[in-house]
Amino acid sequence: MDRPYDNRAWLLVLPVLAIVAFSAVIPLMTVVNYSVQDTFGNNQFFWNGAGWFKELLDPSSDLGGRVLSSLGRNLAFSGIILAIEVPLGIAVALAMPREGWKVAATLVLMAMPLLVPWNVVGTIWQVFARGDIGLLGYAVNKLGIPYNYVSDPIAAWVTIVAMDVWHWTSLVALLCYAGLKSIPDAYYQAARIDGASRWAVFRFIQLPKMRRVLIIAVLLRFMDSFMIYTEPFVVTGGGPGNSTTFLSIELVKLALGQFDLGKAAAMSIAYNLVILAVCWVFYTVMTNLDVERPQAETGAAS
Amino acid sequence: MSAETATAAATASSVSRARSGFRIDGGAITLTLYLLFLMLPIYWLVIMSLKTNAEITSGMTLWPQQITFANYRTIFTDASWYSGYINSLSYVAINTVLSICLALPAAYAFSRYRFLGDKHLFFWLLSNRMAPPAIFALPFFNLYSAIGLFDTPWAVALAHCLFNVPLAVWILEGFMSGVPREIDETAYLDGYSFPRFFAKIFMPIIANGIGVTAFFCFMFSWVELLLARTLTTVNAKPIAATMTRTVSAAGMDWGLLAAAGVLTLVPGVLVIWFVRNYIAKGFALGRV
Repeated sequence: MDRPYDNRAWLLVLPVLAIVAFSAVIPLMTVVNYSVQDTFGNNQFFWNGAGWFKELLDPSSDLGGRVLSSLGRNLAFSGIILAIEVPLGIAVALAMPREGWKVAATLVLMAMPLLVPWNVVGTIWQVFARGDIGLLGYAVNKLGIPYNYVSDPIAAWVTIVAMDVWHWTSLVALLCYAGLKSIPDAYYQAARIDGASRWAVFRFIQLPKMRRVLIIAVLLRFMDSFMIYTEPFVVTGGGPGNSTTFLSIELVKLALGQFDLGKAAAMSIAYNLVILAVCWVFYTVMTNLDVERPQAETGAAS
Repeated sequence: MSAETATAAATASSVSRARSGFRIDGGAITLTLYLLFLMLPIYWLVIMSLKTNAEITSGMTLWPQQITFANYRTIFTDASWYSGYINSLSYVAINTVLSICLALPAAYAFSRYRFLGDKHLFFWLLSNRMAPPAIFALPFFNLYSAIGLFDTPWAVALAHCLFNVPLAVWILEGFMSGVPREIDETAYLDGYSFPRFFAKIFMPIIANGIGVTAFFCFMFSWVELLLARTLTTVNAKPIAATMTRTVSAAGMDWGLLAAAGVLTLVPGVLVIWFVRNYIAKGFALGRV
């Protein structure tokens, strides 16, 4: 907006550019290179042109079918966890204390799952949900509900969704809490004078103020659930059968398990393009909000 | 300072008065249930680490009948276990310092200037934060083997820059945009050079932002496993990888696994504790 135009700013960006180019562009070039070749081991490569990409887009082929079904599972997973975590996160943020020692205590407790290494998250839920040694699995089985995430796809899905809700709802809640804290007191007082109901306060004051952070929360949660790997890998290993094999698990199977470099590379590129597209949509929405923000903020601050 | 505290206290009390009118009745219950849901699995892990394997497998006990610290003793005395923690902490530390040092000038550029291709560049950075690590596992393996950094903490630290540097730029940019530009201009009028202004005036102002950024860099580097495991074999093996391997080797040593898990929680809890005030303030100031 009123930022001065100065191309010398590029000098300040250069270090970041260098490191990210080193760790993003060079590897991606390798991937592009692999994606048009076939290998029979021994480091011998053969030109395959667009062959892998054709197979990728053809659902009747082995590769295309696997990618398509893991994409479907992954989208379903992202949809489910967003539908649970966003409302729950908002509810928790609204319920959080606003002052006193309770704030620090709640923040520390809530942030804990975020700082657990992802495979340990898997381990925690493994020992928590197992029927023989886990509190949850044991209790649910005692209630007479058959529950075994190792053999039952539905139980496996429930476990993984519960694990993700446990792991990441706090992030949504913390972001919403930040949005709520930025609401000036005067808004609440004005609402009280107007006799606004609790719902009206939420709908017309709190929700609009949280819009920005909510978009960030949805973006982060969608992206991270779209590339989830470690947690389901530890708990179910992608099973039973293929029922919890998400995109990243499929990809690692191809690349490091079967060493199908060509297929894996072609899949990587398609995967990355999907991510880029979604990311671009969110980015556009966010930049538009950024443009709107200054007027609203100056009005609130004065 | 005292005036500030007084105003803060006044605001806080009026907030509580204002809020008491709007409180959802179930609020406290929601929060309690949620925290209970968060703590139960952790409780179970801690409890399990204090049990003997015989007790774990023989039946269901809500707390250990016989507290044992043998699992922890194994980890602290066996080099193949505790070196995992040292490896993890060293690459996380390198990565955090590296990310922040690189991101500070870039975030300043994005928050203060427009330049050719700035929006596209910012988007490209952001997209790298979102790229699935699974895509990069194999190319990174080749790349770091080729330049001779494979199986060192530096390989993992550099690899984690892929997502931590963009994230750091993003968060810092949010914090810096909250600082009025008049401060820069006044400093330049007073004859400060750019580096001196940045170090002496600007960095103290955004100290909270730097703290929050460090927290996020620490967090995402500490929890990542896929790249860390791919880029190390023996010498720089992270604790998370040690856990997955040792456990699948000789049956299931649940007690030891749980103890190792509990110990991976400790650095996280410490970091949260140190930045808890920054988080509370920081979340409101920055974007994330």
